[in-house]
Amino acid sequence: MNKLLTVSPSPHVYGDKTVKRLMFDVIIALLPALAFSIYFFGLGAIYVTLTAVVSCLAFEWLIQKYLLKQEPTISDGSAILTGLLLAFNVPTNLPVWIIIIGSLVAIGIGKMSFGGLGNNPFNPALVGRVFLLISFPVQMTSWPVPNGFNTGYTDAVTGATPLGVMKEGIDKGDAVSDIMGQIPSHMEMFYGHMGGSMGEIAALALLIGFAYLLIRKVITWHIPVSIIATITVFTGILWLINPEANADPVFHILTGGVLLGAIYMATDYVTSPMSVKGMWIYGIGIGVITVLIRVFGAYPEGVSFAILIMNAFVPLINIYLKPKRFGEEVNNG
Amino acid sequence: MLKTFAKGGVHPAESKYSASSVIENLPLPKTVSIPIAQHIGAPSKPVVQKGDKVKVGDIIAESAGFVSANIHSSVFGTVSKIDNVLDSTGYKKPCVIIDVEGDEWNENIEKLTDLKKEIGLTDKEIIQKINQSGIVGLGGATFPSHVKLSIPDGKKIDVLIINGVECEPYLTSDHRLMLEKSEEMLVGIQILMKALSVNRAIIGIENNKSDAIEHLSGLVKNYPGIEVQALKVKYPQGGEKQLIKALIKREVPSGGLPLDVGAVVHNVGTVFAVYEAVQKNKPLFERVVTVTGKSVKKPSNFMVRIGTPVNELIEAAGGLPEDTGKVISGGPMMGKALNALEAPVAKGTSGILILPEEMAKRKPESTCIRCAKCVSVCPQGLEPYLLNKLTQLEKNDMLEKNGVMDCIECGSCAFTCPAGLPLLDYIRLGKSRVSQIIRSRKQ
Repeated sequence: MNKLLTVSPSPHVYGDKTVKRLMFDVIIALLPALAFSIYFFGLGAIYVTLTAVVSCLAFEWLIQKYLLKQEPTISDGSAILTGLLLAFNVPTNLPVWIIIIGSLVAIGIGKMSFGGLGNNPFNPALVGRVFLLISFPVQMTSWPVPNGFNTGYTDAVTGATPLGVMKEGIDKGDAVSDIMGQIPSHMEMFYGHMGGSMGEIAALALLIGFAYLLIRKVITWHIPVSIIATITVFTGILWLINPEANADPVFHILTGGVLLGAIYMATDYVTSPMSVKGMWIYGIGIGVITVLIRVFGAYPEGVSFAILIMNAFVPLINIYLKPKRFGEEVNNG
Repeated sequence: MLKTFAKGGVHPAESKYSASSVIENLPLPKTVSIPIAQHIGAPSKPVVQKGDKVKVGDIIAESAGFVSANIHSSVFGTVSKIDNVLDSTGYKKPCVIIDVEGDEWNENIEKLTDLKKEIGLTDKEIIQKINQSGIVGLGGATFPSHVKLSIPDGKKIDVLIINGVECEPYLTSDHRLMLEKSEEMLVGIQILMKALSVNRAIIGIENNKSDAIEHLSGLVKNYPGIEVQALKVKYPQGGEKQLIKALIKREVPSGGLPLDVGAVVHNVGTVFAVYEAVQKNKPLFERVVTVTGKSVKKPSNFMVRIGTPVNELIEAAGGLPEDTGKVISGGPMMGKALNALEAPVAKGTSGILILPEEMAKRKPESTCIRCAKCVSVCPQGLEPYLLNKLTQLEKNDMLEKNGVMDCIECGSCAFTCPAGLPLLDYIRLGKSRVSQIIRSRKQ
């Protein structure tokens, strides 16, 4: 009985969630979308994903080891996730060197310059993506036409995304009903048979991943639902006012990065609000800004910008929108 | 949908290994060390000296104020000394040490265990009897029970809530009491209803004790005004504020007491002690203690005399397992880790939990990823990640503004944190700093 006992304050038992497990759960949730992308875009999807993931891991390891002189923490899965999300946000015919630059910006500037995991104000993958979009506008908007494994890598046949076609048509003054004839049907869009960034095309796969994240309690529904609901309501009002000059809400939800952004990027723990009230404001903000950019802005797509802009408001949201405390306002009538 | 409290909460593995172990009387120890500070409030004043002979139930330390409690001898024997002994807090605390010489009880105590339903005392006499008998909250908080029953002028109580939740994993002492001393408990509830002059009492029991729910639901038919309510299993439902919210949907204001919303809460163990004190004239000198753990040979529930060293309980439950890493007084969420197994059982000791080596260590720490899981599980609607940070930065005014004093220290935040951060350690530190500031402000 002379054994030394461990003494520590309570609690003495712990839940089974770890940072690593949460990160890998998000990665698992992205796998169906990855499978759809490979099915539609062929080898290009594999090249882009591997390049982004490997270079994100390498940059994080190099920066931690040689620049910050700390123990590398790449095994926590967060760099893999950043790489995967960056790949999901670029066309599958993007040259390797551009992806590597994007990974460096995402990890180096987006994450490590702020102190690494947990300290970055902006979603690293989106920082990388937007940097590439502004620096390499031509390569970043040459979308390969989905031809399955016949889709070439850098020599792929390219075409506009449905959002691009819609934007251009409306700007020219064409009627929406005519433009709809030139783009895939809503059902095709739902399965992902359309041009676009690698991981954003297949709504079905992204929703399967969403269900997985909810079942595993990795994220709550508040942010994705508030974004999607806001976009539905906002574009729905515009569509009801003039259906010939505005696309319908289902089109807006299925195209571009709405689902990818709402489910996987806006919900990034580090860069989203802490309270449920805050999550609603943040989600509504992203929805409104997305529609404003899509309908009134110069770019056909605005999800990335919308998320980054709302990321900037998160510290403010966290200060002003606090959870309601137990017994703070009592109404026992 | 079963009732529960609205905000936050977690569901740790229940691990109720001792749920079917019938309460056994633990053999008398050779000596007992009875702490004179085993309740919230002023430590009691010893009224015995070295060499004094005491019988079971004799008073050995007197209440030292309104918020304090009498302490009675749990054995028959001779006071060998009054000395400092390591107790469950990990510090040496003054104890009355008695060498056991037999089991002769004070002659005023009625030893027969037959059920006595007739309540002879008036409301005032009941409260006085509870005060004299040294009864404190046996759920673990050890707040003197007579204080809770003395309702200040201007407050109106309309419901008595009985806490049979036992939301801590592993512990089963309340569960066993509800099954084995059910009628006594129900009479105890009637006594408390009389003392408070209320005509409604609700027993809240979590749904993992369906046998107790069924058993009591059948019996309460003969006890008008008493209801049994099954609750969804969710920790920390046994917290007073959470239990009131779950059962009657009233929210105790921040900084307030249950009586501010017309409710008084007592634990089932306390209710049984009240029955024995009022009906059998038996002061509080023994209680049910669960001895349990994954590697414990014989997970048990013992009726234990106060002051018995913890290692005697462990011996009776099959001895200390080989792989023991940590021994906890209380449950795994709020209990205290013991540094010495000689520590005596006190009035607030609801269980002894033995964790194996692999469960004794904390989760490895990584950085906060701001996942907000601590915010979503906090039953008090606080932001543990923020309180943790503010404590580290010593921002005491911000800590107070962000409600650190509302923390009930349930540990849900630290339990759930995927980064393994010691959130509650820092919040406790912040709380103690802020409470010092509040005290100095009042002076």
